[in-house]
Amino acid sequence: MNTDPAPHRYRVVVNRAETPDTSTLTLRPVDAPLPAFLPGQFAMLYAFGIGEIPVSVSGRCGAGGLMHTVRAVGAVSRAVHDCPPGGFLGVRGPFGRPWTLPAPRDADVVVVAGGLGLAPLHPLVRHLRDHRVRYRSVAVLIGARTPDDLLYRAEYRRWRADGLDVRVTVDRPLPGWNGATGLVTALLTGLRPQPGRCAGYVCGPEVMMRPVVRSLATIGMPTSRVELSLERNMQCGTGHCGHCQLGPLFVCRDGPVVPATAAENLLAVREL
Amino acid sequence: MFQLPDLDGLFAALHADGYRIVGPTVSAGAIVLAELDRPAHLPYGVRVETAPGHYRLRPGPARQAFTHTAGPQAWKEFLQPSPERLWRGTRDDEGFRVDAAEEPPRPTALLGVRPCDLRALGILDGVLGDGERYARRRAASLVIAVDCTEPGEACFCVSAGGGPAARSGFDIGLVERPDGGYLARAATDRGTDLLARLAAPEASDVEVTTARKAVDEAAARMGRRLPEVDLRDLLTRHRTDDTYWSAIAERCLACANCTMVCPTCFCARVTDVTDLTGEHAERWQRADSCFDPDFSYVHGGPVRSSTGARYRQWISHKFATWHDQFGGSGCVGCGRCVVWCPVGIDITAELHALAQRDRS
Ligand SMILES: Cc1cc2nc3c(=O)[nH]c(=O)nc-3n(C[C@H](O)[C@H](O)[C@H](O)COP(=O)(O)OP(=O)(O)OC[C@H]3O[C@@H](n4cnc5c(N)ncnc54)[C@H](O)[C@@H]3O)c2cc1C
Ligand code: SF4
Repeated sequence: MNTDPAPHRYRVVVNRAETPDTSTLTLRPVDAPLPAFLPGQFAMLYAFGIGEIPVSVSGRCGAGGLMHTVRAVGAVSRAVHDCPPGGFLGVRGPFGRPWTLPAPRDADVVVVAGGLGLAPLHPLVRHLRDHRVRYRSVAVLIGARTPDDLLYRAEYRRWRADGLDVRVTVDRPLPGWNGATGLVTALLTGLRPQPGRCAGYVCGPEVMMRPVVRSLATIGMPTSRVELSLERNMQCGTGHCGHCQLGPLFVCRDGPVVPATAAENLLAVREL
Repeated sequence: MFQLPDLDGLFAALHADGYRIVGPTVSAGAIVLAELDRPAHLPYGVRVETAPGHYRLRPGPARQAFTHTAGPQAWKEFLQPSPERLWRGTRDDEGFRVDAAEEPPRPTALLGVRPCDLRALGILDGVLGDGERYARRRAASLVIAVDCTEPGEACFCVSAGGGPAARSGFDIGLVERPDGGYLARAATDRGTDLLARLAAPEASDVEVTTARKAVDEAAARMGRRLPEVDLRDLLTRHRTDDTYWSAIAERCLACANCTMVCPTCFCARVTDVTDLTGEHAERWQRADSCFDPDFSYVHGGPVRSSTGARYRQWISHKFATWHDQFGGSGCVGCGRCVVWCPVGIDITAELHALAQRDRS
């Protein structure tokens, strides 16, 4: 774990608008790069003088550069989202427990993303695509509020061409949308993972993750084979500030990716 | 064990070695921890009277300086000071330059650490010890423990797994005698070295036995005790006992006093600030509390918005989830949270009440 309290400087080399309020930034180190990140881990991104927030790696995560997808929801995320190419951000990390990869050989893999939850799953989806032959099936189920809120939409075609079963649904269709409408759990219909050889990866709002875990169980995927990525207030990333506690877990250190079996009981307790 | 007639020699040796000495002294009606120039600054002739939500200084034996129990401060203040600047930065052509350099910590002798607080230091080491700043300060500190002969109304260290005698984690251990003399023992090379320089005579067996007896007897005079049940299991099972948590929320002010005085509460928040020009930025860390609604804020609102959920977090962290995280309880039984709660909520009574709910 990297407990250095000072951020490393990174230069923004690309800032691509993803949706009206979300953009994907590519960062290159100015000084010595941080160690490589693994899919599911996160960085603390610092906008000079404004503040620092936890943000998952959402693509490239080697020592040469980082990719982050950020939604502008408040002062810091707005400043990061708006940082133009040539601008600078501070980065600390890598922090947290990554997704367990690879999944078992010949497994049926199901990825479920709600809204911005696709960001931390994006590097995992890329891994699954690159190693597609290793698995029996790979389904990527994506839910968003509206078609305009879908992340990485331009990539879905390639993912499908590479053998991923990409299924998309929105809460509110917009004119021109002829895909599915409704809950992301409905997309599970027809999937039959082998209970002894499967893996589930889920990230999205908490209200969505619990029903997804239950629905995965009903189609035959034991909860013990599912991982979730959680979100809590985080200020240090190293288990020292206390903010990210969820029962026994320091989400920054024991998560953000946690086994669904551990998360299920904890998320069931109100205001834990 | 060695005999010291007073603490003059120890003060002189510590000062000669460049230590600043921090320890208890009387200020504004309470015993506080502050830098001490000489032994006369110690709280001689003072006893404290404590009860839930109650703390008063009372006259005590004139020749003794350690007839008091824990005051409102804990030693964490000297190991994780609040507020503290973590780094500062300046804008430049490459974005900004960060300067995290800090002055090396001053060698500090913590004098008068009670056995409960000694255990708290050990617990903090486990929580914060892998942080560089904490580790540096800790390495620069010398711990002088004083066994307890006068436990208070709010004390419950024995039932919290400790006791009035310091067992480990100190450099020098003292027992104060009614005549104002001390029996001293060393537990580390640094401590042995210091005591050797004082050229103190060995204590006789009778003196040692008498001093030990006074400390042992203190164990039987604890004002409070924790229920003898598996507290971790109790709190986990009552996590969703909403009637209990909402009842306590009617009394608790969420003022955060209990977490501020607790010797093991370590939570901290960071704040980033800039000057008016926007050219200079700093990051500050300060003590935080799980009673602050913003503590658990994520976009949209706090996770723990009700006071009941926040009280549950505090008590469950101390007595239940601390075990999962750090392999033991987070409570040492010092009684500070009982004394400094403005509405007199007594954590031991709350645990007894919770255990009672199992029976009824
Ligand atoms: C492990 C992890 C990974 C994340 N990954 C991403 C990502 O890939 N993309 C993305 O856009 N967002 C991500 N988030 C959420 C992001 O951290 C918040 O949107 C951000 O902190 C909001 O800060 P703000 O100052 O802009 O907003 P405000 O609402 O003004 O927040 C004020 C402060 O509260 C805290 N805070 C608020 N919301 C959150 C939150 N959801 N999680 C943690 N702390 C919060 C922060 O300290 C923040 O500075 C992630 C959060 C976590 C915990
Ligand atoms: S228990 Fe007492 S001291 Fe703690 S927050 Fe509540 S009112 Fe304040």
